[in-house]
Amino acid sequence: MMSFFEPYSLSEVLLFLFKGLGVTMMIALLSILFSFLFGTILGVARYSSKGILGKLAAVYIDCVRNIPLLLFILSFRLMFPSYVFGYKIPYKPVVSAILAMTVFTSAMVAEIIRGGLNSIPKGQWEAATSQGFTFAGTMVHIILPQALKKILVPMMGQFVTCIKDTSFCQVVGISELMLNATIVMGKFRYASQVIVLYSLVALIYYLVNISVLHLSKKIKF
Amino acid sequence: MFKIWMWERLFSDFGVFLRGFAVTVGVSVCALALTLVISLVVGLFRCSGNRALSAFSRGYMSFFQNTPLVVQIFFFYNVLPRLNVILSPFAVGCFGLSLYTGAFGAAVVEAAVNAVPHGQLEAATSQGFGFLRTMFHIVLPQAMKVALPPMTNQAVNLIKNSSVLAMIAGGELMYRADSWASDSAVYGPTFVVTGLLYLSLCLPLSMAARKLEKKTRHP
Repeated sequence: MMSFFEPYSLSEVLLFLFKGLGVTMMIALLSILFSFLFGTILGVARYSSKGILGKLAAVYIDCVRNIPLLLFILSFRLMFPSYVFGYKIPYKPVVSAILAMTVFTSAMVAEIIRGGLNSIPKGQWEAATSQGFTFAGTMVHIILPQALKKILVPMMGQFVTCIKDTSFCQVVGISELMLNATIVMGKFRYASQVIVLYSLVALIYYLVNISVLHLSKKIKF
Repeated sequence: MFKIWMWERLFSDFGVFLRGFAVTVGVSVCALALTLVISLVVGLFRCSGNRALSAFSRGYMSFFQNTPLVVQIFFFYNVLPRLNVILSPFAVGCFGLSLYTGAFGAAVVEAAVNAVPHGQLEAATSQGFGFLRTMFHIVLPQAMKVALPPMTNQAVNLIKNSSVLAMIAGGELMYRADSWASDSAVYGPTFVVTGLLYLSLCLPLSMAARKLEKKTRHP
């Protein structure tokens, strides 16, 4: 009996797609992690500094938020050096894609962080300062822990956006979920096969994203 | 990397970029018009109190918000021709972008309608207004103020997302920039100019959204 996905068997297709999902999740996780670190610095700079640092952060955020991610991914792929200090960079497309997504997502994260910081009442600052906390001490021990609690849900939303955005990475030939689906599709002859394949891919993305969103409502700390 | 001849070459072919820019603007405007219609219809379905309509729009929003735009565009682009429905990449882009952004826009409309005090709805109903007339004459004009800033942000997202058309040879800015860059091997300047062109479209809109947001928060 022929399988529905004709040149391939069902298990082959599923295995190939899930391999892609693994790459997708790895890229999304790494880029949201780096974006969180970099975005926190940017957000804090924009929130607290009236001087050159705050201005720089504001310009960075405004510029990056208004340029498509695809442009970053394409330009990083082409402009990224193959060698750094004489060492060849392994997995260059993946590294450059993660970097491009980090540059893009950290601007979004910075805005989320700034929103969280703005929602903390000014009284917290005054109370901490009256107890002898320095600026950095107040930020790290008093303000950020409260702000981070508030931004958990929007951060998870950004993670979902990140997972969706990894589908752009196929333009630089990273075999994530979407590119793997397109590769599989290349040998299909019937419309029904393509419809089922794409529905399957959409369903995988949907289930992963819904679970992430569901998880964000469950976490309490 | 940034040599003078590259810039000379780029500006002598600047018409390519302008044509792409025009297509990007065209797709964005068409998709935005469709997006507004979709968001309004789906958002009002959510507020209508009809169970079936509400469930339908919740499913629509949840599905289209949580699947990548690339999957949706590729679905239309690869499946429709096999069913003998031939659409241009422009049309595919319009439909795909508006279906995707409409799911987010519907959430904006829903939130804005819910932000209008419930008494307004009751007052209108007590005066004999039907649901649609209540919405269009009483609630939506008030909801507009709340909805405008997030809607503008969605418009910015739509313009940025129109770059997805580059993947289906849509002939918009990103596609032309990318293919021109690989033809001429002028990469750095091309990406800078493309970024600036997108910035010139999106930055004014984001600024306007921020100004509107401030205005609604502190009237």
